[in-house]
Amino acid sequence: MANKTYIADVDRGIYDVVNPENHRFVADKGLTEDIIRDISKEKNEPEWMLEYRLKSLEIYKSKPIPTWGADLSDLDVENIVHYVRPNTDMKTSWDDVPSEIKETFERLGIPEAERKSLAGVGAQYDSEVVYHSMQEELIAQGVVYTDMDTAVKEYEDIVKKYFMTIITNRDHKFSALHGAVWSGGSFVYVPEGVHVGLPLQSYFRLNAKGAGQFEHTLIVVEKNASLHFIEGCSAPKYSVQNLHAGAVELFVKEGAKLRYSTIENWSRNMYNLNTKRSVVDKNGKIEWVSGSFGSRVSMLYPMSILRGEGATSEFTGITFAAKGQYLDTGTKVVHAAPNTSSIVNSKSISKDGGHAFYRGLLRVTPNAVNVKSTVNCESLMLDSDSKSDTLPIIEIGNDKVDIGHEAKIGRISDETIFYLMSRGIDEAEAKAMIVRGFVEPITKELPLEYAVELNNLITLELEGTIG
Amino acid sequence: MQIIKIENLKSQVEGQDILKGIDLTINSGEIHVIMGPNGAGKSTLANVLMGHPAHEVTDGSVSFLGKDLLDMKVDERAKSGLFLSFQYPQEVPGVTVENFIRTAKKEVSGIMPMMTHFNKEIKGRLSELSMDEKYLDRYLNVGFSGGEKKKNEILQMAVLNPKLAILDETDSGLDIDAIRVVYETVQKLSSENNAILVITHYNKILNYIKPDFVHVLVDGKIVKSGDLSLAEEIERSGYEVFKAEKTSEAVRA
Repeated sequence: MANKTYIADVDRGIYDVVNPENHRFVADKGLTEDIIRDISKEKNEPEWMLEYRLKSLEIYKSKPIPTWGADLSDLDVENIVHYVRPNTDMKTSWDDVPSEIKETFERLGIPEAERKSLAGVGAQYDSEVVYHSMQEELIAQGVVYTDMDTAVKEYEDIVKKYFMTIITNRDHKFSALHGAVWSGGSFVYVPEGVHVGLPLQSYFRLNAKGAGQFEHTLIVVEKNASLHFIEGCSAPKYSVQNLHAGAVELFVKEGAKLRYSTIENWSRNMYNLNTKRSVVDKNGKIEWVSGSFGSRVSMLYPMSILRGEGATSEFTGITFAAKGQYLDTGTKVVHAAPNTSSIVNSKSISKDGGHAFYRGLLRVTPNAVNVKSTVNCESLMLDSDSKSDTLPIIEIGNDKVDIGHEAKIGRISDETIFYLMSRGIDEAEAKAMIVRGFVEPITKELPLEYAVELNNLITLELEGTIG
Repeated sequence: MQIIKIENLKSQVEGQDILKGIDLTINSGEIHVIMGPNGAGKSTLANVLMGHPAHEVTDGSVSFLGKDLLDMKVDERAKSGLFLSFQYPQEVPGVTVENFIRTAKKEVSGIMPMMTHFNKEIKGRLSELSMDEKYLDRYLNVGFSGGEKKKNEILQMAVLNPKLAILDETDSGLDIDAIRVVYETVQKLSSENNAILVITHYNKILNYIKPDFVHVLVDGKIVKSGDLSLAEEIERSGYEVFKAEKTSEAVRA
């Protein structure tokens, strides 16, 4: 009984393969006005975007590093390269993508998934999108799926209307940084009434050492339309810091539905300081599915602003914090209209000294009557070195609400392991069964290939001496 | 054929002596009942035999089908044909009864059971235990009543087909109808090829199951063994008389 329960580290195998760096343009380390001008010039952007970048830089310099969550004192932004342009333009056929980059995405299973189960794929390598493609019939229906840089030029009116409106450069230091150096990301526009049957998937790969990735994803789902968007992220492990400060802005119009799934498996040197927000109009629905496995530090709280009557939000999240990881994750829901409803289901696992912190906000504005909300947080610590915290903040502006909240923190029980082993199941498999059972309500929400991957992650080391 | 031979088995929990020298031999085809007052060490014996990590064996030996039981890990004991029906079965969220029992069957039999065959068998067993098929899709013991948990134990016993099944207070928490169903099923599962060890402090189960041997366990030792008439004696006069025997024995020693 004295022995601790260990779960093997996530097998990072394919994620850690490093390609030689072969870039067309690499910005200097750190951040100056000149670097911003260079990035904008390299991208051949309209003037308004350059002005926005410069304004953001100014705000960035004036804002302090936040101290309320993760310890960011080791993060040395001056040493991060903010822009790395891969040596290729965006292609629409994998055959045209340089072979080493293509091989990276093949190892990650992206082209295969595209053939099998996706309606469209985007792939970003370092700072720029290298591949984008979507089914012809969706193009014919007016669906737009392209990289943000292209969208700024080709769909300038739409971008101008929505870009950095729910996440602004004034929100916090890293949203200001994002506004200054953003590059790449996906743009999706689904016209009124169009249902995109299969998911679209963008995959973000950061190969360059000591670099930052600052992709901007902007999705507009028009009235009564629907979309499932999947975002995957990874990077190989370096001994220097990498920084990810992306932004995701989602606009769900009246009666529309958007499911946004993210599986993030950054390497353990990554500071993942990502901001994601959605606004949902009347009777619209946003569904977040969020898996956080990688990074050294994460601060990630996807936010749903339910501004139209009858709008709903569902958040399903799983966080797995292993050795050396501090993952501060959760979700924010703002009920800003009557008859809105939300469900939050969050689970975390911490092992081997990892620290999983659930931080959530549920806010109901005074006018938002007849709100229904259920918040459920569960944490499982696999050994006594690991930590778990739960901080759900609830602010309610009227008394015509129906709010349920439950939080549980527990450890893997030796009695349960003994019970399973008494049926012939060995110790490693018994623990894996318990952990898989714990995450089962979440895995069934994940896209299939990620659900399989998650189950594979839960492999175990035989360390205990039960029996 | 000898199934298990326990000799001078002693154990401790956190430095405290619990079993103080158990001797017991069980052969195939036999049903044994161990009775005794609370705290005598009945459940400890069951847990020590299964290999519960909180119990330390300090002396003695256990031969199970010719092998050294105490040398095996818990799962190896199960694979060798030992089964324990738990007094307090654990709840395991996210793992369905069906998935669990199929995995266990695969582990103890060494082969993945055929889906169709397995389904047919388990459904037959469910109906014998008056259990609904819906149990298969429920998470293991989660939200089960005391009686449902115990029936689920016997369901596992039926499917896993052990050489020796130890039933630790399986009657506790059951209403009278459930006790009847459970022990009638256990009686049916008894055969010439296996053996059953029932641990209880409740005489009434002897209406449904017919033991070949009855043992009285007091203060970590078996103080008396006999046939069914011993159980009747306990019913008449309780355990006090056995406690006295134990004491006089100690004085003589």
